Amino acid sequence: MALLELNNVSRHFELRPGVVERVLRGGKTRVIKAVEAINLSVAKDEILGIAGESGCGKSTTCSMVAGLLPPSSGEVLYRDRNVGEMTSSELNDHRRRVQMIFQDPYESLNPRFRVSDIVSEGPRALRLWGEREIEEQVAAMLAGVGLPAGKYWDRYPHELSGGERQRVGIASALVMKPELVVADEPLSMLDVSIRAGILDLLKELSRQRNFACIYVSHDLSILANIADRLLIMYLGQAVEVGSVHDVIKNPKHPYTRALISAVPVPDPRVKRSPPKIVGEISRPVDPPPGCRFASRCPHADQSCSEVFIKLDTNSPLAHQAACHRLEQINSEAT
Amino acid sequence: MTDTNLLSVANLSVGYSTSQGVVNAVSDVSFDVRRNEVFGIAGESGCGKSTLIRALLRLLSNNGVSTATSITYEGEDVNSFSDDKFRDAILWKRISLVPQSAMNSLNPVYRVGDQVIEAIRAHRSVSRSEARERVEFLFDVVGLQPELMRSYPHEFSGGMRQRAMIAMSLALDPGLIIMDEPTTGLDVLVQEQILRRVREIRAEVSSSIILITHDIAVIAEMSDRISIMYGGKIVESATAIDLFESPFHPYTLGLKNAFPSISVMDNELISIPGTPPALIGEESGCLFEPRCPFSDATCAQILPQSHSVGEMHQVSCHRHTDVTELREKASKKSTWHC
Ligand SMILES: Nc1ncnc2c1ncn2[C@@H]1O[C@H](COP(=O)(O)OP(=O)(O)OP(=O)(O)O)[C@@H](O)[C@H]1O
Ligand SMILES: Nc1ncnc2c1ncn2[C@@H]1O[C@H](COP(=O)(O)OP(=O)(O)OP(=O)(O)O)[C@@H](O)[C@H]1O
Ligand SMILES: [Mg+2]
Ligand SMILES: [Mg+2]
Repeated sequence: MALLELNNVSRHFELRPGVVERVLRGGKTRVIKAVEAINLSVAKDEILGIAGESGCGKSTTCSMVAGLLPPSSGEVLYRDRNVGEMTSSELNDHRRRVQMIFQDPYESLNPRFRVSDIVSEGPRALRLWGEREIEEQVAAMLAGVGLPAGKYWDRYPHELSGGERQRVGIASALVMKPELVVADEPLSMLDVSIRAGILDLLKELSRQRNFACIYVSHDLSILANIADRLLIMYLGQAVEVGSVHDVIKNPKHPYTRALISAVPVPDPRVKRSPPKIVGEISRPVDPPPGCRFASRCPHADQSCSEVFIKLDTNSPLAHQAACHRLEQINSEAT
Repeated sequence: MTDTNLLSVANLSVGYSTSQGVVNAVSDVSFDVRRNEVFGIAGESGCGKSTLIRALLRLLSNNGVSTATSITYEGEDVNSFSDDKFRDAILWKRISLVPQSAMNSLNPVYRVGDQVIEAIRAHRSVSRSEARERVEFLFDVVGLQPELMRSYPHEFSGGMRQRAMIAMSLALDPGLIIMDEPTTGLDVLVQEQILRRVREIRAEVSSSIILITHDIAVIAEMSDRISIMYGGKIVESATAIDLFESPFHPYTLGLKNAFPSISVMDNELISIPGTPPALIGEESGCLFEPRCPFSDATCAQILPQSHSVGEMHQVSCHRHTDVTELREKASKKSTWHC
């Protein structure tokens, strides 16, 4: 049984026209389809990586999983229970079991709390342990992320560097002993050495306590290192899913291929050549029904902007790409 | 003025007072940024990169105090400027900043486009429509559609807010753009496009960039010269190529081991064991000594001076003459983890 399942989940935002637009252009309300009909599942000890273009709906998906944002349609099932139908006490419980690490560490830490207060806030609010134990757990967790209590216990967020803030966010999520960690670019400001330490900590904890993780990152080398499976999104749609090895070593979808070929290499003599996709970074405002990558795809034909293949979750191990021209693409490549 | 240096900083130090004592976040840092170059700064979390930048731009928090023997920008002694004069004459107009907090730097109650338009109009006497045109161009550079000028920050994704701040930093064609972790929220395709366009624009107006990033691949791709910081000090500076191909400092050697790569997926990264220095109180000797597999008795006692080991290549390490041996040993895991 999957711990988490998203069935046909969409999230739309309405763009209401301003007064001027209404008068001048008779403007109608337009719709940003930030997340469109996503299917995914996460097993109870699995790390699912999510990558995709800036603005493709990764954070929106995370918020829906954590129960912080209701989907416009579709259902988010946690242990077979629809998050949208949970009672408020169930939802509280859900928010303990599912911990979110937010993308922006400059926004998510309460500026009036000290580091120790921030990390102990959750356990204290839920009376997880006695006061003494809370202190011990918090100190141990801070040490685990490389912020020894002796130096950081009484610091305020504005007295921390960017990477230190990120680690406070990680500690406050992990100290809750969650079943599912939804981590939105959690290590984006950390250098490789500290990152390796925290990835080890995550892996170790997930082994010990058997927790699952959704890990959003634009850094494919991290995902290659930590994730079991990888989901690639483009403008709100899930375009490819599979084991991390399959997706990175043998990408199928034209967007995934472009993405992987654009990974920079640590060598000053190498300059990336511009990717072979056309067009500009886009946005899902009133998008056509088909594949949203079609307008930038070198392989697209008429049918692509009309039909979109949804990935299915019933076969979680399969490597699938939401592209109906895969065969043609492969034959063109050879 | 025949000087090729755009910015010269000599002996900059910053201390933060805290309940546990003074944190010496930056100590005695000197560097130059040349005209028309990208100068990269790398180093681990908490080593003082953002502090260095904030001190330079007079944006330190209240508990921070900075000192420097001299700071000159375009030949002008800006160290003697009052904070007000510095902010009026230099900030944004001549030196702009993409702060590390870029995702949280826009004012939530104003439309994003208006904020950039106002920033332009605050420093230039241009009409609103001229400023608007400029913002449309800048939005295009960072891959934001012109209609997004009407959005509020909360309607943007994290990476979109970061891109808006990059647009803002380019707005007034400053001679120096400082970018502190500008690509943390950008996927590699968008990142490639933006870095390419920033490079083109920079070449047009011949401005320089200070690029701070933990992303070694990005710094390698963008930078002409790179300085590596450790514990508040610059420990090695060189051209990008020299730094990658003939590094001297043991810390740089260690960093190099830890570069991840997706081409070798399952290769184990060799991390640098140990923890960063506390930076509180007096320390003697080399700050990297406790973590350095090559340290000897001198290292713990005497602070290494900067030695010139090549054209434009300086390193602060007592053992710089043994570099061949160090390089060979540093690539083995057993050297770091035993
Ligand atoms: N409250 C909102 N109102 C309107 N549009 C929104 C809102 N929140 C998100 N969006 C839009 O939804 C899309 C997806 O945003 P989301 O934050 O999920 O992207 P993301 O994949 O996390 O991007 P990034 O990698 O840049 O953080 C974007 O186009 C964004 O502008
Ligand atoms: N206002 C402050 N008061 C006390 N200490 C501070 C303050 N601001 C920063 N520090 C400390 O100074 C050191 C340097 O911080 P800085 O923000 O310059 O690091 P950084 O190199 O930018 O790190 P990162 O890569 O994580 O952003 C850190 O140890 C940090 O905890
Ligand atoms: Mg996001
Ligand atoms: Mg910083």
